[in-house]
Amino acid sequence: MKDYTFNSKEFYEALNTSELIGSRCQDCGSYAVPQRRICPKCHSENVEVVRYSGQGKLVAYTVIFVPPVMMAETGYDAKNPYCVGIVELDEGPRISAQILEVDMDQPENILIGTEMIMDTITRADGENKETFLAFKPIN
Amino acid sequence: MRRSKWSRGVALVGAGMSKFGVFNDLTSRDLFVEAYLDLKKSIDKDFDPDSIEAFYLGNFSSDQFEKQAHLAPIIASWVGLSPISSVRVEDACASSGVALRQAALSIASGEYDVVLVGGVEKMTDLPIAQVTEALATAADTQFEIPAGFTFPGFYAAMATAYLAEYQAEREAFFHVSIKNHENGALNEKAQFGKTILDIMESKKARAVQKGRIVPEWKNELEFLRDTKANPNIAWPMTLFDCSPVSDGGSAVLLAAEDIANEFSDSPLYLIGSGQASDGALPDRHTLTHLPAAEIAGKQAYEMAGLTPGNIDLAEVHDCFTVAEIMATEDLGFFQKGEGWKAAMDRKTSRFGVMPINTSGGLKSKGHPVGASGLGQVNEIWKQLHGSAGERQISGNPHIGLAHNVGGSGQTCVVNIFERRE
Repeated sequence: MKDYTFNSKEFYEALNTSELIGSRCQDCGSYAVPQRRICPKCHSENVEVVRYSGQGKLVAYTVIFVPPVMMAETGYDAKNPYCVGIVELDEGPRISAQILEVDMDQPENILIGTEMIMDTITRADGENKETFLAFKPIN
Repeated sequence: MRRSKWSRGVALVGAGMSKFGVFNDLTSRDLFVEAYLDLKKSIDKDFDPDSIEAFYLGNFSSDQFEKQAHLAPIIASWVGLSPISSVRVEDACASSGVALRQAALSIASGEYDVVLVGGVEKMTDLPIAQVTEALATAADTQFEIPAGFTFPGFYAAMATAYLAEYQAEREAFFHVSIKNHENGALNEKAQFGKTILDIMESKKARAVQKGRIVPEWKNELEFLRDTKANPNIAWPMTLFDCSPVSDGGSAVLLAAEDIANEFSDSPLYLIGSGQASDGALPDRHTLTHLPAAEIAGKQAYEMAGLTPGNIDLAEVHDCFTVAEIMATEDLGFFQKGEGWKAAMDRKTSRFGVMPINTSGGLKSKGHPVGASGLGQVNEIWKQLHGSAGERQISGNPHIGLAHNVGGSGQTCVVNIFERRE
């Protein structure tokens, strides 16, 4: 497996191989995602890059009916909305991601606390094809 | 107990603003000139522009909106103030609230005695999709925006966290919108100077005129619940939960406390000021509050030697309705989890125990992002001088607070003003 560095762009490089990376402070034990060279909790530089299990729970979400250009180009609009949210990983830190396989027609039925597992989603085609982080309910 | 480290006090001696709205034929400099001339009118004694020693301009992104960076010296020149020091301050939607604080610090330090503070944003030249793209650059474009977030989306996500944590009712958000439109209807500078009831009635009238089926909304809540009239933008934030895209300029004049009376018989004193920052939304320990707002508020209260109960009115950053509810808790006006009830009980109306956004707020007054912070200060100026006309609150208010947020809470600045008898 590749040894990723703290270069923030490598977060997406890892995501291309379906790996979710971040960092763990070897002094205070706290985790961060994406990876941080300096621990945001205790300022320590004694930090290592880690791979996450990719499991967590949904802590906030929204269903977007008026998409930004990037998402509109992917085919989303008011009739085909998408969900984006914040997931708290089992290891502790939180990250923004698109949320898949939830009921966009009844946003009120999407439940905070739902257990989630990491997935990826590609947008655009050909040379512009890019991989982004997504999560979906475990069940 | 006052804990100011400022070496001298700072006073507000005048405040002005342009009308906020959509002005196809005006640019940033035109909007600012309008605000500056309005400011001059508000100064009740002789005012010599040559006494201004420095200029701080809050502006989020003239580079994206108008392809004009380096805006402060241009604007300074346009109002005849070259060659004074001119600095553009950028902290997204908090730009002019932060500019005011920076200007105040420059006076408190002893460097300057008289400083002009401005705010301006000309947003409506671009098509709406590009405006959205430009605003998105106030968020983390490497890790938040690629997830699919939009600005309404950030606040909508906080809203879902808030609704879940406090078992709150979603319709509390509608009450914020209804109240702010009621206030904005009494503000001649407001972009949407109409109550939601009026908007509803005019839509009914239009349906009659065009021979269409007339919607059966009985009141504002029924109107707001109808997704045809009030579509979802980022659930649970609807169109009427969102502040608009706007053009506008605002300006205030600050002076050292000991010379304030040379400009005004009734200056306001900047008795408390605080500012804090934060990481992107996922980096915070809570999603139901803005930690930066709590910290900035606490700093401002400590400096002023006041508690939330001492504040007579507040202009808070209601870029989205949920933001107003969170702000009223972050600033300590209501307990955590009680802000939504206060909104539903109309405790934040002009006649309530804690009047919030008597100007109409960003929701109704408009949100030309770089100008909004000083737009708030304009309302404090008017209310504390008893010159807010029909929307004037009773009780001879003498302490007002302005709460200005950048992004989804990465920046928050709180300034407290006092009128002394």
